[in-house]
Amino acid sequence: MNMKNYSFARTDTSAVGRWWWTVDHWTLGALAFLIAIGVLLTLSASPAVAQRIGAQSFHFVYRQFVFVPLAVLIIVGISLQSPKTVRRIGAVGFLIGVVLMMATLVVGVEVKGATRWINVPGLSLQPSEFIKPTFAVVTAWMFSEARAKDHFPGDLIAVGLFGMVIGLLLLQPDVGMSLVVSAVWCTQFFLAGLSLFWVLLLVVIGLGSLVGAYFIFPHVASRVDRFLDPSTGDTYQIAKAMQAFSHGGLLGTGPGEGRVKEVLPDAHTDFIFAVAGEEFGLILCLFIVGLFAFIVLRGFVRVMGDENLFILLAVGGLSVQFGLQALINMASSLRLMPTKGMTLPFISYGGSSMLARAVGMGMLLALTRRRTGTGELG
Amino acid sequence: MFTALFRRHALIHDKDGDVAATQSYQGGDYQGGTFHGVESARRRSLEVGRTRLLVTGGMFMLAFSIISARLVEVSIFKSSEALRHARSTEAAPLHVGRGDIVDRNGVVLATSLPTVNLYAEPQDIQDPAEVAKRVVSALPDLPYAEVEAKLASERSFVYLKRNLTPNQEYSINHLGIPGLSFEKGERRVYPHGPLAAHIVGMTDIDHHGVAGIEKKFDARLRSSSAPLALSIDIRIQNAMREELAKSIEDFQALGGTGLVMDVHTGELVAMVSLPDFNPNGTLTDQNAMFDRATLGVYEMGSTFKLFTAAAALDLGVANVESRYDATNPIQIANFSIRDYHALKRWLTVPEILIHSSNIGAAKMGLDVGTKNLREYLGKFGLLSPASLELPEVASPLVPNPWREINTMTVAFGHGMAVTPVQMITGVSAIVNGGTFRPATVLKREESAIPAGERVISAETAKKIRWMMRLVVEDGTGAKAEAPGYLVGGKTGTAEKNVSGHYVRKALLSSFMAAFPIANPKYTVLVIMDEPQGNKSTFGYATGGWTAAPVVSRVVARIAPMVGIAPIYDHWPGKGYGGAPEVVPAVARTTDLSGGESE
Repeated sequence: MNMKNYSFARTDTSAVGRWWWTVDHWTLGALAFLIAIGVLLTLSASPAVAQRIGAQSFHFVYRQFVFVPLAVLIIVGISLQSPKTVRRIGAVGFLIGVVLMMATLVVGVEVKGATRWINVPGLSLQPSEFIKPTFAVVTAWMFSEARAKDHFPGDLIAVGLFGMVIGLLLLQPDVGMSLVVSAVWCTQFFLAGLSLFWVLLLVVIGLGSLVGAYFIFPHVASRVDRFLDPSTGDTYQIAKAMQAFSHGGLLGTGPGEGRVKEVLPDAHTDFIFAVAGEEFGLILCLFIVGLFAFIVLRGFVRVMGDENLFILLAVGGLSVQFGLQALINMASSLRLMPTKGMTLPFISYGGSSMLARAVGMGMLLALTRRRTGTGELG
Repeated sequence: MFTALFRRHALIHDKDGDVAATQSYQGGDYQGGTFHGVESARRRSLEVGRTRLLVTGGMFMLAFSIISARLVEVSIFKSSEALRHARSTEAAPLHVGRGDIVDRNGVVLATSLPTVNLYAEPQDIQDPAEVAKRVVSALPDLPYAEVEAKLASERSFVYLKRNLTPNQEYSINHLGIPGLSFEKGERRVYPHGPLAAHIVGMTDIDHHGVAGIEKKFDARLRSSSAPLALSIDIRIQNAMREELAKSIEDFQALGGTGLVMDVHTGELVAMVSLPDFNPNGTLTDQNAMFDRATLGVYEMGSTFKLFTAAAALDLGVANVESRYDATNPIQIANFSIRDYHALKRWLTVPEILIHSSNIGAAKMGLDVGTKNLREYLGKFGLLSPASLELPEVASPLVPNPWREINTMTVAFGHGMAVTPVQMITGVSAIVNGGTFRPATVLKREESAIPAGERVISAETAKKIRWMMRLVVEDGTGAKAEAPGYLVGGKTGTAEKNVSGHYVRKALLSSFMAAFPIANPKYTVLVIMDEPQGNKSTFGYATGGWTAAPVVSRVVARIAPMVGIAPIYDHWPGKGYGGAPEVVPAVARTTDLSGGESE
């Protein structure tokens, strides 16, 4: 480290020095913005929620302030690793995640009708969150191996793992997350060159399962019904969210001046976008949308020229996952689709989801670092 | 910012040494390497992957663009959908229980107020004695022993008190006793108290209708919170109740009933029965709950002569000049029919009404004939129960078998008993021009007024109206006059039949009126049960002395309310609106112009 100008010299060959010169500064910058906005909005939205549930005003703020540095550490720590190590982290993380998810079914804590959480002293963990990024990496590995080596049944293994993960998710049940995991997995299969016949078939199966979920899970049906015809049920949250955007207008009411957070139970998580819209206006909301779009597309562009299929598939999967999560949350808040309890990456309050997203983004940064080579992972 | 996305494409021009090196190295490898099978497959997959990455990227750009467009829409344009959505949520109606009952002008007669009921779950009560002490300290009207017994009981749920006020709710909450809870309740409130109690009825403690409209329309009131409008005009109801109550007190009557009907629609705009009750309280007095107007069946007496005369004139068996010999009482079987105001001479048809001659009416009834009289009475709705929308409707008492003697007595209103509602409905059918419409206590919209059935000709109707006017101008009904409003009517005084005997001193005194008589809008019926004559009536307790003044006062009070202007000319147009040219000896005209109201 060159102490004179407080930056890394080009000739610095330490691990951190190499990292600084090879990591994608633009994505890193966009993530930093997202995390900063998240802190700002948590400060704004969560005290009202905390007071309403009888906790100390800054209950959520303090917790988030523990998670934010942790998330930053994870992002930097993982992005320091080589693609090969990332692949190993993915595989090991995936295995641990599966075991924990199985454990959840036995010793998990039931919250609002679903068993998703496992209590570890100090915090409650949601193992399925950690499955998402690691599974994307494992899937990419299997698909790329199948295409790099003869007689390696990578596609079959990927299909098998996918069936297992979806099975575990539906047992909880967690329809929303199964949806995201399926979409990411299908996109990866698509990128890996699935024939168009199968692509069409997958699309049909996907639509079929959506309809199926509507008939099998009553809470899914209820949410869809309320979306299609608001008069059939309680659409209180979404109605308030729409008012919040409208109230905020172009520039917003100003930090702390919003009202929607006082009435929305999920103002600090699922509906934080509405708080942003009310207090900071259209400008900030468009900026947030821009940041998400930038991170996703930047990831795509970074791997466009890469010679390694694993990198392409893994980064594609991680980007799609990140983007899809953001899209679903924002579309729900804007009444473009039925409400789905999904957090806005790095902005919503939530320990598990923030740490899991940090793992995902750390991997993405590691895989998009500039490398030399033929596409073989060194 | 987005330009950064595309920097990768320009890498080759970048001055960045690392990237340039990468690019050239890759290029070198590409050209120098050998393409064996796996390698070419790898390259193909990579190419496919890149193409499809572009497709995926395009879809994401589209999705993010939609989000942005939607953001602009809801933030800036405040899309109508968002506003409508917000409004529909805010305007979601509060849960309202049982529907209101209102009068014809929308005045609330019965409504439900939200309250709370206090209940206990005794198994959660640790120390019944202590808890009971504290509950009674907060609600002093509860008896301690009863509360303690309830709290100590084995039951899982006991009501301690219903319909608490917010203050009481607060004081119980303030005690903070586990095992005591509140449930939402509602309380039926009748803001006008007894005023229309017999019609509106009441509900029991669980809000089931147990009387009146509340009972008859229980399902409707439960299922819809839209108010149910009655035909009653609460102002007219009040005028009738006050005036009737005053006279009942003056004449020390047992009770009475007073009705006002719109003759053109059949709507009862007032229907009072006294004594009455306050539906907001607890009821024990069966006498007060008895609705004389719909449940009481009475021998109406002389007011029935209107029907006999109408039938006779309409059939043509008599005309206004016809005379009947009323010189001597009629002796038939063990019975004698005599006149109360006996003139002991031949009487014209108008004179029979004016002087209320039983002998004349009986003879007229014979002229009409048994079959015809029954038919007419049937058409006037007097032989079957009134089709009123109330559970409390009595059937008339009709002679069976119906012999000639019955025809004679029914002709002057004895030997047959009907309810006051039947009476006023039948007379309305005479004075409105001859069309019978069933009575109702529900408001009838213009379009819902039944066409009705013609009973007598308009000409006959006009003649009866003229005779009714003569009764007030010259006959027994003089005290019913309300100057300017042209009251016409007929007195009725019947001896009550108590266990088979007519009791001379127990009278049912009534007055059946219509106004303004030239083109009546309303009929008014007042009946008093056993009024006692006093000094002001020289001891008389007949309909003309006791019920007629009530009609006079009621008409004078309600006519201005319903927009009937006084006319200080006895009859609009010429000579009673086309009354017969041959005017009976007794008929004379009274100049009422310049008359003062009382």
